[in-house]
Amino acid sequence: MGRITLKQVTKSFGDVEVIPPLDLEINDGEFVVFVGPSGCGKSTLLRLIAGLEDTSGGTIEIDGKDATGLPPAKRSLAMVFQSYALYPHMTVRKNIAFPMRMAGVDKAEQKRRIENAASVLNLTDYLDRRPGQLSGGQRQRVAIGRAIVREPAAFLFDEPLSNLDAALRVGMRMEISELHTRLKTTMVYVTHDQVEAMTMADKIVVLRAGHIEQVGSPLDLYREPRNLFVAGFIGSPKMNLLQGSEAEKRGAVTMGIRPEHITVSATEAAWRGTVGVSEHLGSDTFFLVNLEGYPDPITVRADGEVSLHPGDTIHLIPDESRIHRFDAQGLRIP
Amino acid sequence: MARAVSNNRKLLNTVIAWTIGILIFFPILWTILTSFKTEAQAIADPPVFLFFDWTLENYEVVQERSNYARFLWNSIIIAGVSTILGLIIAIPAAWSMAFVPSKRTKDILLWMLSTKMLPAVGVLYPIYLIFIELGILDTRIGLIVVVMLINLPIIVWMLYTYFKEIPGEILEASRMDGASLKDEILYVLAPMAVPGIASTLLLNFILAWNEAFWTLNLTAAKAAPLTAFIASYSSPEGLFFAKLSAASTMAIAPILILGWFSQKQLVRGLTFGAVK
Repeated sequence: MGRITLKQVTKSFGDVEVIPPLDLEINDGEFVVFVGPSGCGKSTLLRLIAGLEDTSGGTIEIDGKDATGLPPAKRSLAMVFQSYALYPHMTVRKNIAFPMRMAGVDKAEQKRRIENAASVLNLTDYLDRRPGQLSGGQRQRVAIGRAIVREPAAFLFDEPLSNLDAALRVGMRMEISELHTRLKTTMVYVTHDQVEAMTMADKIVVLRAGHIEQVGSPLDLYREPRNLFVAGFIGSPKMNLLQGSEAEKRGAVTMGIRPEHITVSATEAAWRGTVGVSEHLGSDTFFLVNLEGYPDPITVRADGEVSLHPGDTIHLIPDESRIHRFDAQGLRIP
Repeated sequence: MARAVSNNRKLLNTVIAWTIGILIFFPILWTILTSFKTEAQAIADPPVFLFFDWTLENYEVVQERSNYARFLWNSIIIAGVSTILGLIIAIPAAWSMAFVPSKRTKDILLWMLSTKMLPAVGVLYPIYLIFIELGILDTRIGLIVVVMLINLPIIVWMLYTYFKEIPGEILEASRMDGASLKDEILYVLAPMAVPGIASTLLLNFILAWNEAFWTLNLTAAKAAPLTAFIASYSSPEGLFFAKLSAASTMAIAPILILGWFSQKQLVRGLTFGAVK
């Protein structure tokens, strides 16, 4: 079981309130991702759940029991840190065994669980090495192994992939997702990378300045961002936001349209602009277009290889059904 | 050619290093050599370097005239106990400064170091009077306390720098893994900090061993360590260089040997953080 409930949780460092009163429900077996720009309080929130920071107010319940005052060791949670935080003086085997040693698990059972975790994480050949002799990806797997063997109520991940190179990150992302599918244990994952959030989460919690901006499934957030912040944060490349006549025409102060919801037209169409810089990814092409009457360029996505040159005139058709409208406060107009 | 240049560079660096090394070591070497000379040869002009009549006479005289073992024992007790006492006080202090720093931690560290900038003689009178008042003049206990206090800032600083190098996340990980404070210190912190604690211990032992100002001023006969033993040979009856050298050699020999065997630890200790 791993249901985590936050009720009116607050956190202040001195006079600075980093988490204003916040409520959140994390269900058993869910993969929840906290996402937001740096300094948004997502790591602090995770550390509050872990018990590494004390709350300034409110209660944290784990499986219905008040855990607010419990030390980290008593919360039956396991954490994977950004820096891996392996014990450098212990072998991989001892690193993985450490939480079990602390819990007084008997030797035979320890051995069984270590071997099991090692085979799941491809670490069998490295059990007698020290962390210093491993690559970044292997170290991260050891950290995950150390978390698994505890059989915790929930896993907490604090930006676990930020120290890995891009190729490895994609691989590890899949491995963690697979692990979740297999273990079906609650996972709380902190990242600033919205791609990680979109690909891994059952539920995304978007945070800004300690506030929850929106909670929902990746596609909910993609389809119906509640405000301009979420609209701009979720999706890659970012949603185009336009003000002025185009927005007014649609009864909004700001209108948003994602690059993938604009099509290039060969003939005269709703919008006209000139092509700026383009990025060719092979599968897609993204190009910046300077719309007439708008100072900032918008991003447009086209399928496959499109040959357009800077300065070319281009006609665009926005998909009217995929337009997002926001009011003066930046809130979504339904 | 790049390679040739780098070889020349290496040679130059080696020569410079050896020159500096020999310059620094020369007084010690000269003292050791002089200790094997006769008094006449010791003050010969021009000085004789290696070709003299080697003699152990000075050592015999020194051994006869004073009780080397007692001075040695005092040195060991004062340096050893003050170092261990210092560590017992400094480890928790450095620990809390490194892992639970407050707004004033940096100030406290600087303030502690600033006490080392005060000329020791400035507080000689008050301390001397306190010693008389407490009846601890010329006692080992008094010296242990003073020597410990004098080196405490250095111990705290060194340990603080070591502990700072230990990532806090590793300690947090152990807490998440279910370690109690005792387990955390015993299985995670201590093993990681052992090299740092060892080098601090060594360096501090050497500093305490060589401490002369306080040991000379606050002892007479009973608690006098080897520093006083050396000083007793620079007597008003005229300088007997050879005997003084013999006494000095005997006084520095133990620490020289200790330093030789622990040089790896010491170098690591002194350059820690600079080359990581």
